[in-house]
Amino acid sequence: MSIEIEHINKRYGHFTAVDDVSLSLPEGQLTALLGPSGSGKTTLLRIIAGLEFPDSGRIRFHGEDATDVHVSRRGVGFVFQHYALFKHMTVFDNVAYGLTVKPRRLRPGKAEIRTRVMRLLELVQLDWTANRLPSQLSGGQRQRIALARALAVEPKVLLLDEPFGALDAKVRAELRRWLRRLHDEIHLTSVFVTHDQEEALEVSDRIVVMNQGRVEQEGTPEEVYDHPANPFVFSFLGQVNLFHARVQDGQARIGDLALPTSTPEDQPQGHGLAYVRPHDIEILPDGSAQGALAAVIEGITVVGPTARLELKVAGGKDLIHAELPKSRLRSLGLSRGSDTWVRPLNSRVFMDNGARAS
Amino acid sequence: MSTLASPIPPLSSEAPAWQRATEEPAWIRRLLIGIALTFLGLFLVLPLAVVLYGAFEQGLQVWYAAITEPDALAAIRLTLLVVAIVVPLNLVFGVMAAWAIAKFEFRGKSVLITLIDLPFAISPVVVGLIFVILLGSQGWLGPWLAEHDLRIIFAVPGIIIVIAFGTMPFVARELIPLMQQQGKEEEESSLTLGANGWQTFWRVTLPNIKWGVIYGVILCNARAMGEFGAVAIVSGRIRGETNTMPLHIEVLYNEYLFTAAFAVSSLLAGLAIVTIAVKSLVEWRDERQRHPAAA
Amino acid sequence: MTLALRQPSVIPGFGITLGFTLFYLGLILLIPIGAFLLYTAQMSWADFWQAVSHRQVVASYKLSFGASLIAALLNLVFGAIVAWVLVRYRFFGKRVIDALVDLPFAMPTAVAGIALVTLYASTGWVGQYLEILGLRVAYTQLGVVVALTYIGLPFVVRTVQPVLEDLDRELEEASAILGANRLTTLRRVILPALLPALLTGFALAFARALGEYGSVIFIAGNLPFRTEITPLLIVAKAEQYDYPGAAAIGTVMLLAAFVLLLLINALQWWTARYTRR
Repeated sequence: MSIEIEHINKRYGHFTAVDDVSLSLPEGQLTALLGPSGSGKTTLLRIIAGLEFPDSGRIRFHGEDATDVHVSRRGVGFVFQHYALFKHMTVFDNVAYGLTVKPRRLRPGKAEIRTRVMRLLELVQLDWTANRLPSQLSGGQRQRIALARALAVEPKVLLLDEPFGALDAKVRAELRRWLRRLHDEIHLTSVFVTHDQEEALEVSDRIVVMNQGRVEQEGTPEEVYDHPANPFVFSFLGQVNLFHARVQDGQARIGDLALPTSTPEDQPQGHGLAYVRPHDIEILPDGSAQGALAAVIEGITVVGPTARLELKVAGGKDLIHAELPKSRLRSLGLSRGSDTWVRPLNSRVFMDNGARAS
Repeated sequence: MSTLASPIPPLSSEAPAWQRATEEPAWIRRLLIGIALTFLGLFLVLPLAVVLYGAFEQGLQVWYAAITEPDALAAIRLTLLVVAIVVPLNLVFGVMAAWAIAKFEFRGKSVLITLIDLPFAISPVVVGLIFVILLGSQGWLGPWLAEHDLRIIFAVPGIIIVIAFGTMPFVARELIPLMQQQGKEEEESSLTLGANGWQTFWRVTLPNIKWGVIYGVILCNARAMGEFGAVAIVSGRIRGETNTMPLHIEVLYNEYLFTAAFAVSSLLAGLAIVTIAVKSLVEWRDERQRHPAAA
Repeated sequence: MTLALRQPSVIPGFGITLGFTLFYLGLILLIPIGAFLLYTAQMSWADFWQAVSHRQVVASYKLSFGASLIAALLNLVFGAIVAWVLVRYRFFGKRVIDALVDLPFAMPTAVAGIALVTLYASTGWVGQYLEILGLRVAYTQLGVVVALTYIGLPFVVRTVQPVLEDLDRELEEASAILGANRLTTLRRVILPALLPALLTGFALAFARALGEYGSVIFIAGNLPFRTEITPLLIVAKAEQYDYPGAAAIGTVMLLAAFVLLLLINALQWWTARYTRR
């Protein structure tokens, strides 16, 4: 079931949490709402669920208006960041809850409930925990139980609020791969909120990047990562280096290096900023290559197979960051204080109109 | 070479026996514990002991005779009747008030919380006086009540009203912080799973606040049974009719029937002990739930 | 209209729960108190002033406020020590002692009253030894202080205890590392952190003592001008059907209670700010 979000607004006093957001989330896909804290992503998710009321705008499920449908009849599955499992019920009773509160004529029989709950517990690979209390489970297990509980009522859409936020790094990585596989199995239209760009890139079919209550960009992970629409998206989706450049005739110049810009040629020329990812900075042994910039290595950190360099470009003020394989660093024979040459391989140039990325 | 040869100087050998930076010397600790125990002994343990001693000094039979004497039985019966009405009322009030305050954001909430605290601050004697003036035969509603043959002051209804006033906050004060701390997520979760409000309350909220409710009810019950100042004004002290247990104790004491007074007192003292025992139990459970590993 | 008063919420039951709460509060609490204040307001100022400034009444204010103040101060000092001992030290029977602190809160005041007078009478378990020292407690102003200390005992302990439990040990360790001795740490680090809670507990104990009746009347002896507390005067006037006189004094007590409640609220707000850190 697809979800259509039309001109949703939500304010709390003077704070605008969601600012005229319209989105269409296609059926059967796993969408990530990605943004920093306070970007309105959780509020939007809760509005889709029916846990918050929008000040204006409509929510449609598969074209059908759900805006005024109460949360208990909206048919969404919601997984809370801190699980919100019922502490006093066993795992089995937690998962069965949604079935046992149905009106008597719609309620499945005891045996039927038992089969369905056990099937779900098997799906989340926790059937052996049925008689335990939530407090006896680890964080990752609780999260999977919360998911099973949400799925038990056969929701039309599944909504997850920072599903991995409260877990430690290792469990987090495992659980998100598991969620991806689960989604591929059940193909339920799903939306999850996260502030972790890696998580969004790894798990989702689509990413909606939000900032200050507005949608900055939406698209597939590749689209958003490779073609960020604006400086905010570029810097939010990973580390960046900024180079000051002069934009002229559709080209951005840094020293004698010319970079292509996305700016149409009829745009006024002026000052621009080139955004370059650390792994797109090439380290060169000499200055013979066209456009190479002289730089001094100020620091080297080796993390596993990758070496991270901090460099100061001649004439520049800010440090720039570069990443390269450790083996390459060794073959270049570089160390702290070495003189070297750098060249951006891939960049995006945005006009510097003050709207700089934070 | 020379730097290696001179090691770090040893710690001064006169240093006192090792003591944590955040601890006091043993003699201060013992002194403070001694002061605390003496104070609590004088003010808590001895009064309790004197009640029990006075009650059972002359044997179980005398004690039993004292609490089964007709006036005593009448007082016990009246007291039980009063709490049977007041406690459920204040329970319903406490749960409703706590639900409204803990689950919703609205203007004037802090004023409401202060109002619920009000009966704590008002002297029980003033509480009694307020209702005598409002409902007594010389009071504002007095003539109207007399016309309709309704007797409230110097009768049981008056006792019920002043006790309801005095013990109003107990359940609410117990539940408000508890429910605020538990937040709304479990209720929201229940709603997303299709439950209605009633189902959510009975199956999710109530089990979570069960122990708070139990303690609130027991405390409310103990305070209702022991209420004295307000009842003293509105009851009229008609023996066998409008004397609650505390009033009966006063009567016995003033008639120098000390053993009987302590015998009836021992019942209420026992109730007080049960009350604080339940409180400890609730807190102990709470602690164990919060730090399961520690217990 | 309701939308302006509250934020919308999916959780049901706002109307009925708040409605019942306000109805019950209004019926039991607000209307009676309002009517009572109106009743007093109908008195002429001269009558009112005469009732509340009679010599016997003024003597009772002095005793009630004075004894409550002394009792609250005693509870401040000993309550702080008890809280400290209960939080910081381990000793045999601690759990039971901790639970017992609430006893005056659960114990009927009349029972406390006859227990205290029996204990502190010149033939009582404690009174006979105090007699040797030349101290008379029962039927004196000292007796009033003893009873008011008893009923105010839980308040300081129970407000200070949680704050002390929350107090970060690292603060004290930092103070020690910076060279402070234990006494300096207590004065400069611990006491300032406990101050709001101490004051709140003090004010609660004082407020409770001011209105207390049951536990005092047995031990006080109730001699006019000497050991007669204000609540007792109200009861005496009510029993003589002098309702205007009782209402006038009652209004003074009620206003004192309002002021104390506001003060306590402000203090609790201050405490909450500290505990949140």
